[in-house]
Amino acid sequence: MKKRIRNFIITFLLCFPAAVIVFPVLFAFSGVFMSGYELKQYLGPVLAGTEGMARWSLIPQMPTLSPLTALLIDSPQFFVMFWNSVKLTLGILAGQMLTGVPAAWGLARFSFPGRKLLYTLYLVLMLMPFQVLMLPQYIVLDRLALLDTHAGIILPAVFSTFPVFIMYRFFHGIPEEVLEAAKIDGAGNLQIFLRIGIPLGSAGIVSAMILGFLEYWNMIEQPMTYLKTRALWPLSLFLPEIGLEEAGTGFTAAVMMLIPALLVFLGGQDYLEQGIAAAAVKE
Amino acid sequence: MRKKKIRKKHSWAGLLFILPSLAGVTVFTLIPFADVVRRSFTAAVTGAPVGFGNYRTVFANTAFRLAASNTLRFTLICLPLLIVLSLALAVLLQNLLFGKNLLKSICLMPMAVPAASVVLVWKTLFHQHGLINALLEKAGLAQVGWMSSGYAFGVLVVSYLWKNLGYDMILWLAGLAGIPTEIYEAARVDGAGEWRCFLSITLPNLKSSLYTIAVLSFLNSFKVFREAWLVAGDYPHQSMYLLQHLYSNWFRDLAFDKIAAAAVVTAVVVFALIMLLQRVWETD
Repeated sequence: MKKRIRNFIITFLLCFPAAVIVFPVLFAFSGVFMSGYELKQYLGPVLAGTEGMARWSLIPQMPTLSPLTALLIDSPQFFVMFWNSVKLTLGILAGQMLTGVPAAWGLARFSFPGRKLLYTLYLVLMLMPFQVLMLPQYIVLDRLALLDTHAGIILPAVFSTFPVFIMYRFFHGIPEEVLEAAKIDGAGNLQIFLRIGIPLGSAGIVSAMILGFLEYWNMIEQPMTYLKTRALWPLSLFLPEIGLEEAGTGFTAAVMMLIPALLVFLGGQDYLEQGIAAAAVKE
Repeated sequence: MRKKKIRKKHSWAGLLFILPSLAGVTVFTLIPFADVVRRSFTAAVTGAPVGFGNYRTVFANTAFRLAASNTLRFTLICLPLLIVLSLALAVLLQNLLFGKNLLKSICLMPMAVPAASVVLVWKTLFHQHGLINALLEKAGLAQVGWMSSGYAFGVLVVSYLWKNLGYDMILWLAGLAGIPTEIYEAARVDGAGEWRCFLSITLPNLKSSLYTIAVLSFLNSFKVFREAWLVAGDYPHQSMYLLQHLYSNWFRDLAFDKIAAAAVVTAVVVFALIMLLQRVWETD
């Protein structure tokens, strides 16, 4: 009984930080259903410099879908940017699957001279911030004439070593006996990888893909540095261009960008947690 | 002996699996980075060797000093704050009977929220006539120029904490799950209280997690640039002018010699930190 009461108190206390954490998201969602008039009333002091202070209500007084329809019907730009985001993210993830999964398998399950060195190299590269790689990648993209193209954003990201590291951890955990048994049955290296490695390591692959999706859907630095043509921009660069004057469009576009990420998050939360935790456990 | 033989036989096949990835890494990262190291010792336009000239220019640059000291200050304030808060959350959450999963989801959610999606929210909250100042006014307190004074730095700290608290909490929970429950049971039998258990069992057992979490948090701290840039643009208030701003501004000005030297310096610092982490991993 005493334990239950204490539990109740802790839960109750934790509700405050939780409320603070959720607030920005609720805020963005509530903005979607507000009419331009209501937004102006609340945010006038921020938007137009009218007297007084901004106010907000998480529940719109007169819920409306007009900003949503305006965005979806009247701004073809939005669709172009949304599609750009999808293309970039999926392109990167597909490339990471093709090259990263075998690389993780090779690092995790084979021993050859230099393996340790390669592992350290991948770890170091995974941890390098974009600012270190900004100029090097610019130089390559320039040489390959890939600046200001989607391929120029996708290709360097495909060879990010982060997913390799995550999947490595999962492949590493597969018991040796399983593979030995397959070897005795005469399975070759490729067969073992495809028939045993991939199915048994699938949790790691999914984890890496979810972490990757959240990262690249939110990508800002790379497109900002390498894409000059506005028509190629992803949503993440387009949104900040919508000023407070068009708050209705702004909130709606923001939520449209948020929804795919939230769906991936909710659908894959278990894998996401496993992926995060994979980095915490030492080898 | 036989096992060793099997391993040896398969050894080069492993490299074949890695080859496509390694080829890409070499082309897109290794070779160009080597080129940047070379460039950091040459003049941008003529390509003439200048020795450590670029490095001297960078370290003497006032913008670099400002950005470096802001970045350092940001790290020194945020890391301990984030690490302690997320540990507290993890420990509290671990023992919960109900609502555990919901609270966990909520704390982790900001990780999924693209920075661009909340930029309007941030702007309305921290504007001079925004919601936070409105609250302050109601409470009879003075208004604060959040984005136009030293408080901008605080906004940055809050953004970083908001985004990373859940991530670090999951890392701590993984560390906590690795502590055998028998130790706690034995200690309780000996009459140790909650607090005593926390100090004598939980904390010492989390030591190796601490290093990992510190390094990962440090590296995630570079990404706070997204929020900073979205809210305040290329030239924010000087209290939140970070190395990331400086690099992207130099890049726009095509000051490649300075960026090359600065990138090498950053790489060396990060590399040293990682090596430190690896030694810690290996020793315990």
